[in-house]
Amino acid sequence: MNALASLRVALTALRINALRSALAMLGVIIGVASVIVLVSISEGTKQAVEAQIASFGANLLIIRPGSSMFGGRRGGAGSADPMTDGDVVAIRTEIAGLAGVSGEVSASTTLVFGGINWTSRIQGVNPDYFSARGWVIAEGRAFSGAEDVSGRRYVVVGQTIVQELFDGASPLGQAIRIGGQPFEVIGTLERKGETSWGQDQDDVVFAPLSTVRQRFGAGMSATVRDAVSTIYADIAPGESTSRVIADIEDLLRIRREIQPGAEDDFAVGSLAEFIRARNETESQLGLLLAVGAGIVLLVGGIGIMNIMLVSVTERTREIGLRLAVGARRADVRNQFLIESIVLCVIGGLAGLVVGVGGTLVYAEVGQLDIVIDPVIVAIAIGASAFVGVFFGLYPAHRASRLNPIDALRFE
Amino acid sequence: MSALIECRDLVKTYEMGDQVVHALNGVSLDIEAGEYVAIMGTSGSGKSTLMNLLGALDQPTSGELRIAGEDVRALGPDAVSRFRNRTIGFVFQQFNLLPRTSALENAALPLIYSGLPHAERVKRSMARLQQVGLGERTDHHPAQLSGGQQQRVAIARALVNDPKILLADEPTGALDTKTSADIMAIFDQLNREGITVILVTHEQEVADHARRQIVFRDGVIVEDRS
Ligand SMILES: Nc1ncnc2c1ncn2[C@@H]1O[C@H](COP(=O)(O)OP(=O)(O)OP(=O)(O)O)[C@@H](O)[C@H]1O
Ligand SMILES: [Mg+2]
Repeated sequence: MNALASLRVALTALRINALRSALAMLGVIIGVASVIVLVSISEGTKQAVEAQIASFGANLLIIRPGSSMFGGRRGGAGSADPMTDGDVVAIRTEIAGLAGVSGEVSASTTLVFGGINWTSRIQGVNPDYFSARGWVIAEGRAFSGAEDVSGRRYVVVGQTIVQELFDGASPLGQAIRIGGQPFEVIGTLERKGETSWGQDQDDVVFAPLSTVRQRFGAGMSATVRDAVSTIYADIAPGESTSRVIADIEDLLRIRREIQPGAEDDFAVGSLAEFIRARNETESQLGLLLAVGAGIVLLVGGIGIMNIMLVSVTERTREIGLRLAVGARRADVRNQFLIESIVLCVIGGLAGLVVGVGGTLVYAEVGQLDIVIDPVIVAIAIGASAFVGVFFGLYPAHRASRLNPIDALRFE
Repeated sequence: MSALIECRDLVKTYEMGDQVVHALNGVSLDIEAGEYVAIMGTSGSGKSTLMNLLGALDQPTSGELRIAGEDVRALGPDAVSRFRNRTIGFVFQQFNLLPRTSALENAALPLIYSGLPHAERVKRSMARLQQVGLGERTDHHPAQLSGGQQQRVAIARALVNDPKILLADEPTGALDTKTSADIMAIFDQLNREGITVILVTHEQEVADHARRQIVFRDGVIVEDRS
């Protein structure tokens, strides 16, 4: 008997017992659907987070006074000595493998242009800041190192500022008053959009660090005149993150005179490491999902096996008849095996439809990103076919081993 | 030339725990091509056991059996399946049709295992259904057919592969007298066309259709008259 005839026989048998076939598929349908929904959502979330991190600067190190930065505790940030320009220069000159280093200070202020007032923060940074944080100049230019040192009143603004103050027109060369002082706009930045928690990343105004310090008193206290709140260091491509972190830590321990054995009073955080740690939980979650999917498919497979065993018993006389009129053992085995595979693959396809539908509904309702990976879809269908073979084999084998006379006489 | 069916000292025993049942106890029998044979005997005398051996559905415990020149005992399970497919047509007391399957598909069943293409299967089974008088009801399911009509479908199925031998174990056992006569008329016609017909029956009127009657008792032939 050829494969097509076998398939026809199997489909006929499934059609005859349509309701039972549908019930038998249920486990496989639910298994495949839930795998697709879970994986699509977790994949979507993962990509959204990665996009977010990339927009923040993926190779970025963040250096701050106080202890741990990404843990729950961020104790003593205020109590420890601040970072200073001297630290920025030391890191820039003494640490190998960095693409750029920048300090940052900031002050809350009001921007005025024409008749419009806009409350925002002005951030004082070094020129390296833009590339380190993944900012791209849209129009004009960033300020130079010399302009930074000499404290020029230049600003580079984000798209929200362009919209709010200039109504979308080019602001290059325009003078805006910031905290009552005139600043010239020399560049604009490309849009970054909102963070996933809804913060507008384009409501930014950047000026040279020394300018912001002098004009707004940011980072100045009675004792320290050249503090920065944060130092950003951009690791050059191909450099070892852990090596660079260790070098910076060694340097800062010396500069801050920390005794051997004493704890750091500063923290060097790596976004790349943060991502890696995150990916680890992500892949553990993926493993958990895979295990869950495996269990659901296993249960589905046992359901299939049960139905196939019932089917073989119920159709014992049919098997006897088929053997009597010329079916070989392999024909009978293939018939039931194909039935089981068809059952599972139809179940898998139905699960695919339900899963993709469910995912789309979830994305629509929850306003979430989803990614339907064709590889996952292929794996889901492949896995259901495998379940069909694996759990169909025993019932099919049993059917093929029946003795025609006993089978024909079976009541 | 040797006979179509040759049995020599056929013995078939069944062991049920410590009890041994001698279903056939040394049966020797020749049946020529084209014969019309009725097998009779009391219940449990071994008629069905012999039919199973003649149909190559079962193997004898001892003795020799040649069917259409083939030593059935020497064939493996797949070869014996193919042998049945080509040589033997079966008609059962309980019809044994596939439920919820059309008369046409039921009649075509053996052809699936002969590896014939679909169109050829339809053509041949159609012709056989016509021959047994069911040309109008080829798409009916067994549940939509009377007992006599179901047995006709079963006969069409038995004939569809042009077998040399037609084996029918109590083919009229589940039918009323009138319907039995119709079915027997079909067997008569088939035998006239040259098919060897061997049937088991408890009824003398049915047996009288055959030209040779063999009577069994306790696993042996006690009468063989033509
Ligand atoms: N599979 C089996 N296992 C054990 N004993 C069997 C088996 N098949 C048949 N027998 C026994 O063999 C003997 C002959 O049985 P068989 O079916 O050939 O009788 P029969 O002549 O066809 O009877 P009936 O007219 O009732 O159909 C009986 O005693 C029966 O119980
Ligand atoms: Mg019997």
